Amino acid sequence: MRGAKTRMVTEDKGDTLIEARGLSVRLSGRLILDNVDLRVSRGEIVTLVGLNGSGKSTLVRTILGLMTPDSGNVVRAPGLRIGFSPQHIDRDPTLPITVARFLTLGTRAPRSRLQTLLGEIGASAVLDSPLAELSGGELHRVVLARALLRQPDLLVLDEPLAGVDVSSQSELYRLIADVRDRYGYGVLLVSHDLHVVMAATDTVICLNRHVCCTGHPRSVAQDPQFVSLFGKHVAETLAVYTHHHDHRHDVAGEPVPVDEAKRSSSLGP
Amino acid sequence: MEDFFIRAMLAGVGIALVGGPLGCFLVWRRQAFFGAALSHSALLGVVLGLLLGINLTVAIFVLCLLLAILLVWLERQRLLASDTLLGILAHSALALGLVALAFIEGIRVDLLSYLFGDVLAVSVEDLIVIYALVIVTITALTLIWRSFLSSTVNEDLAEVEGVPVTRARLVFTLLIAGTIAVGMKIVGILLIISLLIIPAAAARRLSATPEQMAVIAAIIGVLSVVAGLFGSLRWDIPAGPAIVVAATACFVTIMAWPRRRTPHPR
Repeated sequence: MRGAKTRMVTEDKGDTLIEARGLSVRLSGRLILDNVDLRVSRGEIVTLVGLNGSGKSTLVRTILGLMTPDSGNVVRAPGLRIGFSPQHIDRDPTLPITVARFLTLGTRAPRSRLQTLLGEIGASAVLDSPLAELSGGELHRVVLARALLRQPDLLVLDEPLAGVDVSSQSELYRLIADVRDRYGYGVLLVSHDLHVVMAATDTVICLNRHVCCTGHPRSVAQDPQFVSLFGKHVAETLAVYTHHHDHRHDVAGEPVPVDEAKRSSSLGP
Repeated sequence: MEDFFIRAMLAGVGIALVGGPLGCFLVWRRQAFFGAALSHSALLGVVLGLLLGINLTVAIFVLCLLLAILLVWLERQRLLASDTLLGILAHSALALGLVALAFIEGIRVDLLSYLFGDVLAVSVEDLIVIYALVIVTITALTLIWRSFLSSTVNEDLAEVEGVPVTRARLVFTLLIAGTIAVGMKIVGILLIISLLIIPAAAARRLSATPEQMAVIAAIIGVLSVVAGLFGSLRWDIPAGPAIVVAATACFVTIMAWPRRRTPHPR
């Protein structure tokens, strides 16, 4: 029932993977989204920022077809494959399920591929662990792995860095950017963690029920609306934010040189 | 052994076979109370069946489905938390059933047999219906297993990945309603859901995969039925409650068993 009513028009429009036009959503009378436009193209990382209650998750759910907009529509590229990482995965300890099984619930894959994929994400040790016993950070990596396993055209990641410690955040984010570079996935990212996220984003959409500003991170950080929403301090640090690492960390916290990690990688198709 | 006892045994085993896997999904999806609410309302189905002169099993099945639809609709209104809704619906349907039963004149109704089952009155026709249910349920569950498991873990994720989430949930609700309608005769309205929930909960500690848990739950259910029925014969106690007590004994024994210390895989 849910989602089936969403009007999903498919048409060919070059490199556009998904486009939302004039989305408005009301929940029990309250306007949650007001005439929101959004577009993600192949190879583009679009980051959705906004305070709590700004409608970020509602927008993501509407774009995914999990919610029906009151007006506006969502256009998908024909045959679009989406890899999705939801904000919360509610794990019930009564369900005996391992990480390997969880990964293959959506897409069948040989064990070797799962192992490679998890190694790439720095979580190879958890392949046979019960899903219910993962830490928050491990769970986010595993959910990301399930999304990547689908070899999607579009990755939709709702707060993929929540619960991941700070040093792993930038590393995971670089992984997302790396995947984009290699396979040309489009990425739609929702995040609170402005610092980490803005460094490699192509387009920032600042949401406050309506789109209050959009564009390159640098220009958005100088936008008066953005400054008034997030405060002068955040905006200033973002504007000068650049970040370099010569190593990353695997799930055990051991440093791994970035070059070596890239050489040995065999992520994606 | 008497014929009626063998029929009772076959009937109970049939219900336990489908109750195991269905109960696992109720437990995994935290829908135990949903199942209980549906089964409590079955008494209203009995009364309607008697009043309209239609087959009681059909009446209960239809009423359970109507109630499930009503619940989904009420939940969408977001007026009350769903456990509150379930509490209201379950007990008002049961009370309504009892009140309506009092108005039926001319028919002597053995209330206790509806509430707690009358397994020793199982007929050959009942057995045919029960094993038809077993075949349909196991076939349908096998067909929806993968998609329903995926949507049980995370419904949004499953839906984005193209799983027919709503269809799987609908099939599951049909199977639960069918099991209540058919199984009511064995352990009664008040106890039928415990034959689904308790074996599933007991099986958890013995299982490493969802499939194992479903099979072990079915086995525990079958053992409970056999033990309960023999206990009922031996000590002249009501069969339905004896079956549930046996299941509870299984659960307690498994939970109390010292946990084997396995080295952590990491």
